[in-house]
Amino acid sequence: MHGGVIAALVVLGFVLPEYHHGAMARILVLAVFALGYNVLFGYTGLLSLGHAMFFAAGLYGTGLAMQQLGWSAAAALPFGIACGAALGLVVGVLALRTIGVGFMIVTLMFAQAGYLTSLYFTEYTRGDEGFTIPQAARAIGGLDLSNADTRYLVAVALFGVAMLLKLWLVRSPAGRVMVAIRENEERTRMLGFDPFRYKLMALVVSAAFAGAAGAAYGVLFGYVGATFASIQYSILPLLYVLLGGAGTVIGPLIGTVLMFYLVDFTSSLTSAYNLVVGVALVALILVARKGILGTIRDKWARWIP
Amino acid sequence: MLDIRDLEAGYGSVTVLRGVALDVQPGEIHCLLGRNGAGKTTLLKAIMGHVRRQGSILHDGAELTSLPPHEVPRRGIGYVPQGRRLFAELTVAENLEIGLMTRRSGREVRERMLALFPRLGERLRQRAGTLSGGEQQMLAMARALALEPTLLLLDEPTEGLQPSMIQLIRDVVTDLRQTHVATLLVEQRVEAVLRVADRVTFIENGHTRETLTADELRGRPELLDRYVGV
Repeated sequence: MHGGVIAALVVLGFVLPEYHHGAMARILVLAVFALGYNVLFGYTGLLSLGHAMFFAAGLYGTGLAMQQLGWSAAAALPFGIACGAALGLVVGVLALRTIGVGFMIVTLMFAQAGYLTSLYFTEYTRGDEGFTIPQAARAIGGLDLSNADTRYLVAVALFGVAMLLKLWLVRSPAGRVMVAIRENEERTRMLGFDPFRYKLMALVVSAAFAGAAGAAYGVLFGYVGATFASIQYSILPLLYVLLGGAGTVIGPLIGTVLMFYLVDFTSSLTSAYNLVVGVALVALILVARKGILGTIRDKWARWIP
Repeated sequence: MLDIRDLEAGYGSVTVLRGVALDVQPGEIHCLLGRNGAGKTTLLKAIMGHVRRQGSILHDGAELTSLPPHEVPRRGIGYVPQGRRLFAELTVAENLEIGLMTRRSGREVRERMLALFPRLGERLRQRAGTLSGGEQQMLAMARALALEPTLLLLDEPTEGLQPSMIQLIRDVVTDLRQTHVATLLVEQRVEAVLRVADRVTFIENGHTRETLTADELRGRPELLDRYVGV
């Protein structure tokens, strides 16, 4: 089934009209962000309100390495991912001492500190205004990442790799323990697992995915800015995952597509689009409490991972 | 195999157990009897490191009080808490797998568990939360036994179960004795205790009182009156 999703995305790339082609590339990168968020939230049961900082770590890690240090995209991309993972490790060691609402607040605070940091060093980060990465630098090997077709295929490839990695993780023994922690942390401890270790692992993986999405966003779309470190980008992946189905592998993609087009469509009709989006989300959650794919799985298809 | 001395344990600032002493021999079924709130469950939780504790809990010569809680099961102590506490959203097979992972014991142990509780074999793909009470208890026990423990802690395993299920669980516990697995059992039904237990320890208001064999207890029914109120 997952192979089918990737194949369908590749085919879509050839048939979509130009506007949707570009939008879909953006959606796929954001879906990688959502996939990572789901590892932590959907599978391990930890609700973070600070994931924008991991996305921004990848974005700025890659962007600044290219802009300030003159690194190639091929070197800056993995560096961005490593920045996300490293920040995840540091924040995790501190934030995972708290649980529940405490964890939400601590991650929110860290993310806010990250956002303010990006504004403080305006000289390098260019703050809200951001900076662009020149087209000439956005190439890996012979691939011109600013070309729309290449960009789409790279986004599909990134999403495919991220999705398969996640599928492998959630089916692995460690993935089972993560779900066990979500269901009952104390019980998991009584069976001989150290929940802290597994939660930290989930957070680092989740942050690495977010970092990868941020890094890819930088090289594919050539823009790096502090907006991506703001609270809005901590809430979005949560909405994508809730909408698509927490604890499902493909749900986050469905949620991202839907949310993106919901905003896209309603904002063309009214300036109060956030209100419309909000009402639509509330209605959807009332009908499908476990998100779209989560509800489908519960009702008709227990086999969906 | 288990030697508890001068144990104090409780929740936060509330101390529940004081000066508790208890020893469990290999292959023994040792039963804790006492009124509700006497501290039986707290004692099991203290052994597992689930509550604040002070004193000494020696298990095969190793001090458990200095270990982090997740290390205790790895030392061969299985725990089936009251109310079973399964991972309700996971299937029977997945619940078992998680029990098996800590010991890396794999297929063979899994087969042994399914032979012990054949009913679980028929329900492998079913979500644990949808099992009947008796089946959940079987799964909780199978998951604890998958660790291949040398000591099993059972908290009211027969509570709310039908008689045939109680018989099955009793058989399993008695069989464990043959393989030198010790069981520390919290149980309210006195007649059931007298049938399976080797020794009984009474707990009253957080203190351990008399320890005696089941035969000795049959000769002193006044103790049941005093500590359990039967």
